[in-house]
Amino acid sequence: MNAARPAARPAIVTRVLEQPWLWAYLGALLVWLATITFTQGQGAGEVISAALAFGTFSVIVGIGQMYVITLGPGNVDLSIPATMTFAGAVSMKIMGTQDAMIPLGFLIAIGCGASVGVFNYGLIRLLRIPPIIATLSSSFLFQSAAIAYGRGIKIKPPPILADFATARIAGLPILALVTILFAALMAVVLHRTVYGRSVVAVGQNPRAAHFSGISVDFIRFVTYVLSATLAGICGYFLSGFSGGASLNMGAEFLLASIAVVVIGGTSVAGGYANVSGLWGAALFMFLLVTMLNTFGLGAGVRLVMTGVIIIAVITVAGGKSANS
Amino acid sequence: MTDLAVAQRSLRGLPSLILSPRFLRSALPALSLTVLLLAIFYLQPRTMSYFGLNLLLNLALPIAFATIAQMCVITVNDLDLGIGAYVGLVAAIGATWLNDTPLLGVAALLGCIAIYAALGALIHLRNLPSIVVTLGMSFVWLGLALLVLPTPGGKAPDWIQAIMKFRTPWLPFTIYASVGVALIVHVALMRSAYGAILRGAGGNPRSVARAGWSLLRTKMTMFALAGFFGMLSGLSLIGLTTSADANIALRYTLLSIAGVILGGGEFVGGRISPVGAVIGAMTLTLAASFLSFLRLPPDWQIGAQGGILIVVLAFRAIINRAEARR
Repeated sequence: MNAARPAARPAIVTRVLEQPWLWAYLGALLVWLATITFTQGQGAGEVISAALAFGTFSVIVGIGQMYVITLGPGNVDLSIPATMTFAGAVSMKIMGTQDAMIPLGFLIAIGCGASVGVFNYGLIRLLRIPPIIATLSSSFLFQSAAIAYGRGIKIKPPPILADFATARIAGLPILALVTILFAALMAVVLHRTVYGRSVVAVGQNPRAAHFSGISVDFIRFVTYVLSATLAGICGYFLSGFSGGASLNMGAEFLLASIAVVVIGGTSVAGGYANVSGLWGAALFMFLLVTMLNTFGLGAGVRLVMTGVIIIAVITVAGGKSANS
Repeated sequence: MTDLAVAQRSLRGLPSLILSPRFLRSALPALSLTVLLLAIFYLQPRTMSYFGLNLLLNLALPIAFATIAQMCVITVNDLDLGIGAYVGLVAAIGATWLNDTPLLGVAALLGCIAIYAALGALIHLRNLPSIVVTLGMSFVWLGLALLVLPTPGGKAPDWIQAIMKFRTPWLPFTIYASVGVALIVHVALMRSAYGAILRGAGGNPRSVARAGWSLLRTKMTMFALAGFFGMLSGLSLIGLTTSADANIALRYTLLSIAGVILGGGEFVGGRISPVGAVIGAMTLTLAASFLSFLRLPPDWQIGAQGGILIVVLAFRAIINRAEARR
């Protein structure tokens, strides 16, 4: 890639340096070091544990968003926050804090998510409108449905679900461990299955993908349903984690889902995805906010710094020169 | 004799002109606004007055400005997910600095527009996805707004309030102002030579660049214009509300995108319609009122806006399909 690179460097180091996910983990590490230096080592483990617990939710929706973005320019799912709220509200209300209903509630959350996905792709396909507009207008509808259905009250989860969502083994959140395994599985799906490779192929060149026998419509359909389903699952567990489904619980995940994908090294132009970077980016985002909190900054400064650092990171790591 | 023949021919051509997909498509935004307005008049005849129209369309002007701002960004194939937070920042500056120390206020607002132009440059030079950059900027705008105005309050300058509450003859001020804005932007972007270059930068950047125009400059111009119209949105908003809040306009982000699309704009290719965008903003404003006249719970307000968007897009899809069949 770079002709000026010193030849003496071992191949393995060069390969690692070329990995796009490296920057996300490096950033997370730097921010973490800055935080524990400030607290003089206090709470170093707790911060990581909390970052894993909160990062889990960004990663779950981030995986779906990553598959969608990989489909190529213009593909993005803006309905993720509404889907999370909708699935969370419906499943929590039906379960009605009864432990026996937990499996049914999970299926309902999946069902809610999947139907949003089918609806989204129906709009894209039938109305031939850009995915951004389709997912935007359906998010209006489902956000309203969640408001009308949930009636603005925080609906409590069943106790066992709440316990599971916040449980820890040896200080590590169980949900995070499950999500790490799931991310690994989705990486295998992306790189080793026909479906995953088709997604990448469609993202690189939909015409070429079509001529090589891939059903482009079907691949896009599955991907939008996958993204919405994951958002539904995320809404279910987030409701359990945070003590109930609230109406604005999805709001911050619009930025989070897109940001973890981009900072994690996935190409925004589509056709190239990276699962492992999602975790690095999610940890980075959470640790960044924690660091700014530890420094004792006010809400205003904290928000400004968060925005500036996100833009700085993608400028350094994600950008390509306009002339190249 | 020849005049008569021409007149006859054009008369005969009239029905086919009205039914032509091209005409239907460009008339669709105005048609949907008319249908919505008539439905509201039917449900509540008392709105058919100066006072009623004023109440209905009161908040349409700030939304129309925000929609025009979004349209400027969409022209060059980008999307601004931070415009709502930006309008909130302008409102905060307007209700504090602009009122107390006007010079500082004007300088801060000009600075904001400069930041917008710089964003355009950054996105172009580093080839960054505008969605992520503007989402990041939404944090910055919101944070700055909270720094300027930590708690809701402040006071809008008297002159802005005076403009917004000005009683114009026949129709409310909002309507004159919206028509004026739509026409000015239409002439500037659709009828001027440089306007064509600006739209061309969205339609075919490479050929515009080959023809010797600076893509960097077009992008910076459009982003600066977005900052300018976003500023007008924030100032007109506090003229109506008289005080500000950092979160006052967060929903404008999605409303403005919906307004552009409703008005016939398209995401790529520099296909935009300033008049349509203003009509789209008004349609979305009316959608909320329409619901309350139907006695539906306000829970469905956002849903109704989504529903109207889908219905209008469905009609456009039908028209496009009819065109393809010919």
